[in-house]
Amino acid sequence: MTVHQAISTGTTGEVVMKARDVAKHYGAVKALKGVNFDIHRGQVTTLFGENGAGKSTLMKILSGIVTPTHGEIILDGEPVTFHGANDALARGVSIIHQELALAPNMNVRDNIFMGREIRTARGVNFAEEERVTRELMLELEEDIDPLTPLEELRLGQQQIVEIARALQAKSRILIMDEPTSALSASEVEVLFKVIRDLKAKGVSIVYISHHLEEALEITDHAVVLRDGEMTAYAPRAEIDLEWIVRNMVGENFDLGSPPASEMGAPAFSVENLCVPDPSGHGLVVDHLSLEVKAGEIVCIYGLMGAGRTEMMETAAGRLKSTGGAVKLHGQDISGLSIAERINAGLVLVPEDRQKDGLVQTMTVGQNLSLASIGAFTRGLFTSRKAEAKVVDDSIREVTVKTDGGAAMIGSLSGGNQQKVVIGKMLATQPEVILLDEPSRGIDIGAKAEVFKLLAETAKNRGLAVLYSTSEVGECLSVAHRIIVMHRGRISAEFDHTATKEQIMAASGEAVH
Amino acid sequence: MADISTSKPAGGGVNMNIGKILLEGRAFFALVAIIIVFSILSPVYFSVGNFLIMSSHVAIFGLLAIGMLLVILNGGIDLSVGSTLGLSGVIAGYLMQGVEIPSAGIILYPPVWAVVVLTICLGAFVGAINGVLIAFFKVPAFVATLGMLYVARGVALLMTNGLTYNNLGGSDALGNTGFDWLGFNRIGGVPIGVIVLAIVALVIGLVLARTAFGRWLYASGGNERAAELSGVPTRSVKISVYVLSGICAAIAGLVLSSQLTSAGPTAGTTYELTAIAAVVIGGAALTGGRGNVRGTMLGAFVIGFLSDGLVIIGVSAYWQTVFTGAVIVLAVLLNSLQYGSKGR
Repeated sequence: MTVHQAISTGTTGEVVMKARDVAKHYGAVKALKGVNFDIHRGQVTTLFGENGAGKSTLMKILSGIVTPTHGEIILDGEPVTFHGANDALARGVSIIHQELALAPNMNVRDNIFMGREIRTARGVNFAEEERVTRELMLELEEDIDPLTPLEELRLGQQQIVEIARALQAKSRILIMDEPTSALSASEVEVLFKVIRDLKAKGVSIVYISHHLEEALEITDHAVVLRDGEMTAYAPRAEIDLEWIVRNMVGENFDLGSPPASEMGAPAFSVENLCVPDPSGHGLVVDHLSLEVKAGEIVCIYGLMGAGRTEMMETAAGRLKSTGGAVKLHGQDISGLSIAERINAGLVLVPEDRQKDGLVQTMTVGQNLSLASIGAFTRGLFTSRKAEAKVVDDSIREVTVKTDGGAAMIGSLSGGNQQKVVIGKMLATQPEVILLDEPSRGIDIGAKAEVFKLLAETAKNRGLAVLYSTSEVGECLSVAHRIIVMHRGRISAEFDHTATKEQIMAASGEAVH
Repeated sequence: MADISTSKPAGGGVNMNIGKILLEGRAFFALVAIIIVFSILSPVYFSVGNFLIMSSHVAIFGLLAIGMLLVILNGGIDLSVGSTLGLSGVIAGYLMQGVEIPSAGIILYPPVWAVVVLTICLGAFVGAINGVLIAFFKVPAFVATLGMLYVARGVALLMTNGLTYNNLGGSDALGNTGFDWLGFNRIGGVPIGVIVLAIVALVIGLVLARTAFGRWLYASGGNERAAELSGVPTRSVKISVYVLSGICAAIAGLVLSSQLTSAGPTAGTTYELTAIAAVVIGGAALTGGRGNVRGTMLGAFVIGFLSDGLVIIGVSAYWQTVFTGAVIVLAVLLNSLQYGSKGR
């Protein structure tokens, strides 16, 4: 038995799978607004787009994890409805997630056959499984023993195992979400070689990456998404890096400009900050120093894993640093708890508002007032009147569109939920506000409103604002200064007159 | 992102509203139905006297359930309350018998108020051990309190050598009478145990609705990470709920041993499960963040009035167990109906 009998029938380049007007709505949020594109046999189609553009939603639809609100998927000329990921897998579509879905405690063979073991009357046929695994590894030209525990393999090799798992299931369409994000340069070379081999065997690949140039090297077609819509679709021959960036970022939608605020003394600074990598070796934040003045807005640009989130969470007191200082008005606050830092005037708006920002079981008002309960507590008890005032003021200040403070938080759209998280922290009357990806997963109109809000608070309240983003267009909006982070360090610093190309180059994203 | 809103019920027809009212007030309607059914089946069920007797039974579970509610709101569980109840009763009995101090050659008979305070302190101490294990040493609540279930029960058995302290009445000569007041006396016809329950319920209800601590508890139960980043002292909140649960169990232990005028080391066995059932029937979510005292009280009364009703009409104790189990499963089923539509 060879592993790929089923794959290589049909001619290269013919369309195997189509998305027709595919849309996905989550309540009021339109994650995807009607997307059309084709997947060609034996070719790579890359999805480009910023965070929140709808790439992952689209991927989940193609792989059967999510059912589209409307529109259809056409496989081999016939409309199909996938009933879950296993159904899609049975029809030859498999997905490799950014976070690998393998069991580290099991060996390579058992991982490849997990959930679809070769069963006989006397149990699992391990010998046959091992033989097939060897064959797959031979085919992928990777020298991995089938009995090696997965956790002993390097990340690149684990990825190969994941690919082998997809091949074992006779997948004709392989969706890869950011497969290179954790790989070293040499591992990327190996992966690309494997991808080319797969193409030659007639496997179609849907590829997603933030590393634009890397993706251009391997892709045959490019699809660009922005805010849930497909903005461009073209074969590789007709496109270049600039084309992708232009379509990703859009024709300069006005996200505001730096406010003419009066800058005061440095309000917030970190000095030589070091944060260890959770895996135990190396630093995610590596001797980093920066400062933000009162009334100033500073943007941190960097790719995922650049250390932005870790820097901010350390400053806010959630993570422990191994060295360096976090200072508020020149005073070291490293020893304070989160609550003490909030009282001192330093607040963080976390990146993941579902996981870290909102309490889903509470109302809009209770979420808004959560960080400033002390302000409306009279003696032992909270004052309803004083709380209502805090809530109403917040709703007005951050312009949340809601039926009132008593509405459940889940009834709001993503953008309004984000405003609630920001409003909650602003209600504590801070002097420094850190925002980790404040524009993540919200639509362009809400983005503009969030940035306008930041500009106003910096100007009117003299607030020091530090926000991070992985969308280059958002660096050049309200920020007075742009700091680019790469692997835990500051790789460049610009004022607001910088160009997108300069910023992207410094992040290690586009140009080598 | 599945939590982005089922927006308000579109249309809002009358049927839908009735369904919604029935669903949200289910514990209340269940209680009304239980009272109606048993009143028809038994002539003695529907009387003030019987309601008060049944309520004094409910008081024990009710006290445990209020403590349990706090823990469950925090997203935890406290399996040790039944054992803590038993241990508290034994400690109270031990103190009432007099503490012998061999070096001084005297026997100390603490007054009843001191017995009550010391017993409550013991409950708080047991809860604090649970809380510290869970909040600081990250022991899963289920495991930590399961361990405490055994340890507290074991200590109670060791202290009494498996025997029961009888004769908790005290004597005038020793100045320690009045322990049975808690269990036997009535104020305006209402048993003291029921009054204790009402006071605890009111206080905790007020704490939950109107204090910063209450808000912190709901927030850290709903989303601990978000609460922590909003400056909520999530660890202190966590320890506090287990301490409060221990205190509630100690109070229940005092009331129970006073009602029985005896303190046995096996008192309160499996009561923790009844307490959890009352909280769940009252509409609280075991995942934390949802629930209130009113619901939990209704839940406790549903269980108490149901099982006492079954006794009154002469149904076998085995059937009572089956009925109680069915009610619990039904309640959880309805909970998932109510919260399931909202997503997590």
